[in-house]
Amino acid sequence: MEDALLLARAQFGLNIGFHILFPTLTIALAWFLVAFLWKYRRTGDEAWMATYKRWVKIFALTFAMGVVTGIVMSFQFGTNWPGYMNTVGAIAGPLLAYEILTAFFLEATFLGIMLFGMNRVSPGLHIFSALMVAVGTTVSAFWILALNSWMQTPVGHVLDGRQWIAADWWTVIFNPSFPYRLTHMLLASGLTASFAIAGLSAWRLLHAPMDAGATRTLRLAVITAAVLTPVQVFVGDMHGLNTLKHQPAKIAAMEALWHTQRGAPLVLFAIPNEKTRENDYAVELPYGASLILTHEKRGEVKGLAEFAPDHPPVAPVFFAFRVMVGMGVLMLLVSWFTTWRTRRNQPAPKWLLWVLSAFTFSGWVATLAGWIVTEIGRQPWLVHGILRTSQAVGDIGGARLGASLTGYILTYTALLVAYFVVLTHLAASGDEKPLRPGSEAALATAKARG
Amino acid sequence: MNELLPFIFMVVMGGAVLAYVILDGYDLGVGMLMPAANDEEQSIMVASIGPFWDANETWLVLGIGTLLVAFPQAHGVVLGELYLPVVAMLVGLMFRGVAFEMRIKAQGWHRELWNWLFWAGSFVAAIFQGVMLGRYITGFESGLGYWIFAFVVGASLCGGYVLMGATWLILKTEGEVRRKSIAWARWGLLWVALGVALVSLATPLVSETVRDKWFDFPRTLWIMILPAATLACGWWLWRSTGRLRAGSGSSDSAPFLASVGIFTLSFLGLAYSLYPYVVIDRLTIWEAAAHPSGLRFTLVGVAIVLPFLVGYTIFAYRVFGGKTSGKLYD
Repeated sequence: MEDALLLARAQFGLNIGFHILFPTLTIALAWFLVAFLWKYRRTGDEAWMATYKRWVKIFALTFAMGVVTGIVMSFQFGTNWPGYMNTVGAIAGPLLAYEILTAFFLEATFLGIMLFGMNRVSPGLHIFSALMVAVGTTVSAFWILALNSWMQTPVGHVLDGRQWIAADWWTVIFNPSFPYRLTHMLLASGLTASFAIAGLSAWRLLHAPMDAGATRTLRLAVITAAVLTPVQVFVGDMHGLNTLKHQPAKIAAMEALWHTQRGAPLVLFAIPNEKTRENDYAVELPYGASLILTHEKRGEVKGLAEFAPDHPPVAPVFFAFRVMVGMGVLMLLVSWFTTWRTRRNQPAPKWLLWVLSAFTFSGWVATLAGWIVTEIGRQPWLVHGILRTSQAVGDIGGARLGASLTGYILTYTALLVAYFVVLTHLAASGDEKPLRPGSEAALATAKARG
Repeated sequence: MNELLPFIFMVVMGGAVLAYVILDGYDLGVGMLMPAANDEEQSIMVASIGPFWDANETWLVLGIGTLLVAFPQAHGVVLGELYLPVVAMLVGLMFRGVAFEMRIKAQGWHRELWNWLFWAGSFVAAIFQGVMLGRYITGFESGLGYWIFAFVVGASLCGGYVLMGATWLILKTEGEVRRKSIAWARWGLLWVALGVALVSLATPLVSETVRDKWFDFPRTLWIMILPAATLACGWWLWRSTGRLRAGSGSSDSAPFLASVGIFTLSFLGLAYSLYPYVVIDRLTIWEAAAHPSGLRFTLVGVAIVLPFLVGYTIFAYRVFGGKTSGKLYD
């Protein structure tokens, strides 16, 4: 039974973790594409159109990855977690249905016009289609995060027989953690797309130093990132305080605090030991956790002991949280430095282009880490306080789960490799479009850089 | 109202599945026809489905989503029983969808590889959808005979999709591709005729429930309208493609409409066989239905959104109306 549960979780986690990568990128990338088209319409500058055409292909590919991996999800809810639908289906079902109805068709249908209809519809209608795609991706995030947030901080439900049903849909949807989680996720998407655009533009500039489109998108993307990163730090802090209020066990696991104490230290590094229920090799900052969480030096922070045995496994949550925060700090430094270094349209030096290229998928790393924090941090609950994960698991045998898990791993590995190959190829290939054709100054700076 | 809700959602789910089978049917069919065309023709074929395939696959999500939301018990049972065919189909769909995007961007042997994956993915998805259907209508009985039956249904569905794909290409292309498609459509029709005949004869034999439904005089006489109309559609398709081949006036849309007719009628026949079961002989739609409070809330959304959804889908098909040109991104 334990093994089947673990396999079911591994398989579901792999699928949803692989799937989440692509929407995370497309949600914000769709808005960037609207911006590119808008800029082109306002300025008539061909470089914006070339940029749009390059990125719309990357968008189409990423979107396709999201669609096909998303189909897998619709099959797995019922097979892996039948207890979920049987217990809270009257709440989860409609939210999923609304996502399909209001978002999936909107984005998929207008995507066709956005991708292939530029010469068939008026420019205004084309921008409108791009806008509908962007709205669709964002609305999709709205519904799925409403559901996810309700699973974390459920309110507005009543028991009817053996099933939980909604007493008030408004309360269910706008549950306590929803505003924070939605904002946090949309900003994560913004940062993921910004760093992907900056990284691939940098990659392009390494191959085509004169490309005007890439120069512009790089600057636009790093400025966006430089603005969004501190906002994300602030929102993340608010989200953390919200979690402290509603899911204190998750916070205790994130900070690896085993015992309730006043003036709790911030554990910078440690190896949480589930057996001794202590931290090994801990490096701590005195009063740190209390200051961050209660904004008071001697504030009380609840430890894991208060919640035992119903608290999440500590190590994955603790480490994933540090990866997310560490990534965020690096992203802040890189975006601020690049913004400063490219001020007044100065070209970025070659080493900086390499750094930006290396940060292309930093958003994915941070998002996945954050997702591990929040989802593993919810364990042992599937719906906090209502339904345990172990109660929801189905009776698909270990052999079939194992076989399908192997199949998915092979498929996803192949798809991811192909995705990276095509992405770098798309970013690097094609003619250079210099800023001003034949401009000596541009040529000189490019030579000086190269 | 609460008694009516499961019926309404059965109609929604059936409509979504039928829309999926027709819409993704033609683009899976085009995928399966790829090896029969040369490089230039392949580009035109792919371009003809380019603007639509993302949205076409979304109907599958709506169909399965409705099963999950409205009949959660059945979702668990059906997809649990069909676990491995579903995984095979999903892997096929994944490779195919991604291959679609990749092949446009790739060159040389990469392109060949993605072309092959596009074909193979379409084929695997189609045959396993048929296998799922075959397993589903026999109530997931174990035994070699039932599995052979399931694969016969799989092969028939491949024929059906090839027919949909070929008639779609007649509608959307010109010149050599169109000429070839007429021949493909006629072969596809023969394949479908054989498949539909086999499945129609075999299904009452393997399932008593279905047998009782179809051999219950005098209702049988009324229900014979379905096979008669299917035959009429088949004949119409054969005649219209014959005329198109001879170059004597017939509309390019007639074969496509006729194959939509065949699919719709076969689907109605199937729905009639199964009703009121959602899992044959095990669960009726009322037994499997979700809690009415969730269904009511969902129904509001369906009622508001569905007209818009149909509206902008028709709009998109109008934007890309007429014959396809070879170029996609322009």
